[in-house]
Amino acid sequence: MIAGLGLLVGIILGLLLQPDVPLWLEPYLPIAVVAALDAVFGALRAFLDGIFDDRVFVVSFLSNVLIAALIVYVGDKLGVGGQLSTGVIVVLGIRIFANVAAIRRHLLHA
Amino acid sequence: MPEEPSGRDRLLASLKKPLSRGQFTVAALLAVVGFASVAQVQATDRDDDYAGTRQEDLIQLLDSLAAASERAELEIARLEQTRSSLLNDTSSNNAALEQAREQANVLSILAGTVPTVGPGVVITVQDPTGAVGIDQLLNGLEELRDAGAEAIEINNLVRVVARTSLRDGEGGVIIDDQQLAPPYLIEAIGEPHTLEQALDFRGGFIEEIEQRPVSGEVSVQQVDTVEIATVREPTEAEYAVPVEEE
Repeated sequence: MIAGLGLLVGIILGLLLQPDVPLWLEPYLPIAVVAALDAVFGALRAFLDGIFDDRVFVVSFLSNVLIAALIVYVGDKLGVGGQLSTGVIVVLGIRIFANVAAIRRHLLHA
Repeated sequence: MPEEPSGRDRLLASLKKPLSRGQFTVAALLAVVGFASVAQVQATDRDDDYAGTRQEDLIQLLDSLAAASERAELEIARLEQTRSSLLNDTSSNNAALEQAREQANVLSILAGTVPTVGPGVVITVQDPTGAVGIDQLLNGLEELRDAGAEAIEINNLVRVVARTSLRDGEGGVIIDDQQLAPPYLIEAIGEPHTLEQALDFRGGFIEEIEQRPVSGEVSVQQVDTVEIATVREPTEAEYAVPVEEE
């Protein structure tokens, strides 16, 4: 319950503060958000599987975000930033779909 | 088969579980995710044109923008040139208009279509013997014109202009079909002194009238204001047409 409240509080804060994304963060934030979403869905699936561990969640969340940002950074340096970003998004999207499918099976038994 | 708690049960159970440190951690991370998502969504809404654009594309965009602004500046320069030339045209048009107006004034005075006023001379010709005719008057008028008279009027009746004609009549002269009787009052606008000089010389107008056989009498008065009120309708040339220049 607290978790849901946390999400709600974050969204409301974002809406109220209307934060400006700093320029240096601009290329990384979208990928980082997708990576974080992947971690969140993974955590939800693990929770429903009964193997959720908050330490694991924290570590996977942070590492997901960091690796996503790193990939974008390296891609930019190599001159293939756009393609690498797309690759990351595709991979994360597949994982999110897989996780959501598992969650669906748990919640809806279908 | 021992009842393994289903995912749905766990979710419901978690909603009733007492608070723990782990839950707060998860809540904090989820708050970060929510915050970042909203921030990103709003940033994307604000400028989704160039957010994901790569450096080369941006450089290309900048180049094309620079070219566009250069074109715009050229256009501005061109339009300003047009504007200044139009202004020039306007002022030269105004000058031409002013000139035309002045010329019209001069010509209307010469053509006798407007009343005029100015310095000049008033000449009175007494003709006790009735011998003053168009020969003498014509001489006088020509002398006045020669001296630069700009407007001439006789007896407050006839304006002397380019088309004025004179002929002898019964008991006086006929000028422009107007029968005039002596004494003749000739009013002329011009430089008064010059006009008087033009009449008063050996063999000139005054001498011609005052000597025999005419034996008339002439008085010339320089005045500051001669008013010539007689006007003449402008006449259209029936046969003569101006030769086009160029």
